[in-house]
Amino acid sequence: MNIPSDLKYTQNDEWIKADGNQGLIGITDYAQDQLSDIVFVEIVASIGEELKQGDTCATVESVKAAADVYLPASGKIIAVNDKLPDTPELINSDPYGESWLLKIELSNLGELNDLLDAAGYETLLKSKS
Amino acid sequence: MYIPHTEKERDEMLRVIGIDQIADLFEDLPASHKFPSLNLPDRLTEMETLAELQSLSWMNESSQDLICFLGAGAYQHFIPSAVDSILRRGEFYTAYTPYQPEVSQGTLQAIFDYQSLITALTGMDVSNASHYDGATSTAEAVSMAIAHFRNKRSKVVVSPSLHPHYRETIRTYNHGGILEIVGDEDDADLLRGPESLYSHIDQKTALVIVQYPDFFGHVFDYTKLAEITHQAGSLLAIAVNPLALGLLKTPGDFGADIVTGEGQPLGIPLSFGGPYLGIFATRKEYIRKMAGRLVGETLDNRGQRAYVLTLTAREQHIRRERATSNICSNQALMVLASTIYMSLLGKHGLRQVSELCYHKAHYAAEKINSLKEFHLWSETPFFNEFVIKCPHPVDEINEYLLDYGVLGGYNLGNHYHKLNQHMLIAVTEMNTKDEIDSLVDLLAEVSND
Repeated sequence: MNIPSDLKYTQNDEWIKADGNQGLIGITDYAQDQLSDIVFVEIVASIGEELKQGDTCATVESVKAAADVYLPASGKIIAVNDKLPDTPELINSDPYGESWLLKIELSNLGELNDLLDAAGYETLLKSKS
Repeated sequence: MYIPHTEKERDEMLRVIGIDQIADLFEDLPASHKFPSLNLPDRLTEMETLAELQSLSWMNESSQDLICFLGAGAYQHFIPSAVDSILRRGEFYTAYTPYQPEVSQGTLQAIFDYQSLITALTGMDVSNASHYDGATSTAEAVSMAIAHFRNKRSKVVVSPSLHPHYRETIRTYNHGGILEIVGDEDDADLLRGPESLYSHIDQKTALVIVQYPDFFGHVFDYTKLAEITHQAGSLLAIAVNPLALGLLKTPGDFGADIVTGEGQPLGIPLSFGGPYLGIFATRKEYIRKMAGRLVGETLDNRGQRAYVLTLTAREQHIRRERATSNICSNQALMVLASTIYMSLLGKHGLRQVSELCYHKAHYAAEKINSLKEFHLWSETPFFNEFVIKCPHPVDEINEYLLDYGVLGGYNLGNHYHKLNQHMLIAVTEMNTKDEIDSLVDLLAEVSND
């Protein structure tokens, strides 16, 4: 399972890549593996919208299940990935790269400290298996 | 009676909850109310029961026994015998939910054909496998629009000439919610058509709903309404009489985003009010928000054409709280009836029926309008229904007509206080010239009385 060391993780298998006060958000390799073939992505947050940590920001549906994606940290949505609705399979092939879901302007950098680092997330995954 | 639990299991359950017998569960009920005397008539044999029910049913007067000019959303049309004969084949008649494609190809293909026919008729990209009736499918359009805007738009603009029952159903569905419904206030202008709605449409508007032909039979061009609706970023739903689409421009051509409608005119008998057929079609971009079932065509593992339920698993079944609608069922048998009907008539046949309805209605309207005391209410083009201003209360006129075996038009005063003494008259291909002429004669007699 690929768990890049430069990202932060949530208990619900989302990742966030912080760059200054901006954060790029997606779902993890483990999440895509559990969901299997992803057939539909709906980003339910719009640009300019202010959301809180834990708010639903997207829905990901696979041939097996449908899952909500929760925002790892509070902030204002500044970009959404327009490519995903047409090519949801990107999440399976490249969960940490081209298949980012949205970009936010972080409103509370402190929240990042509550998230798991790569080692912490790996431990979590071990306990799940 | 089939009781799934054994005596032993029941005893065990009683022991667990700590009582001795089932009757103990009801000990709080007053003894006098436990088994009250019901004062029912003596039991009857099957033969006697049948005779009693039959004598009751003979008290009904059905549209088949009368000369019918009643419409208002459900119409008497000719239904070729082949419809019933195919419909009642055991393979179709018993089939319900086609979850297992390996044993339901026939049912699935029939639904797929229905969807294809409805998209052709409405000019939309996709149709679902149907809802219960025109009222529920129109209410589902509201739910879909609200879901599409993720509750960020909470206003729905409804035309006052959308069927009153549809408007009532929309309000029932959304009772207690955030929805604001405007446009059909009591003082709304009933003659201006879509123009009366323009000023209501704004950035808060999720959906605009009109009917085509509208409840009064009027045919409006909704092109400008669609433009104004889309400028505000809102969606446009058009509730249709599908039979009229044999003749009229499609709602898709106007730019409708959702088409709903009552499918009863397509080969389904009046049957005292149901079962009917709720049509629901939309554009491809909204397919994920569409309620109900959808059948798709695919290839099986041997490369053969196959049909399956598709795009439905997500929210309706596994995330009900997030679903646009929790209605997953459809009117499979009525879908089949309309599919057989449309296939038998074909494109040209459907147009012929529409034309017959149109011309006969116009003949009737002209004749009635020429009577001294009956007047056509508006000059707006109409399809097969029109409104007549009468010299007497509509119910009185209808009583008179019924004495001569004629089922008169709908009393619009039931829903529009401004239209007291206005009758909505429907004419279909079933009405002969003689029937229309005798209606005109009877109306002339009524006004002379």
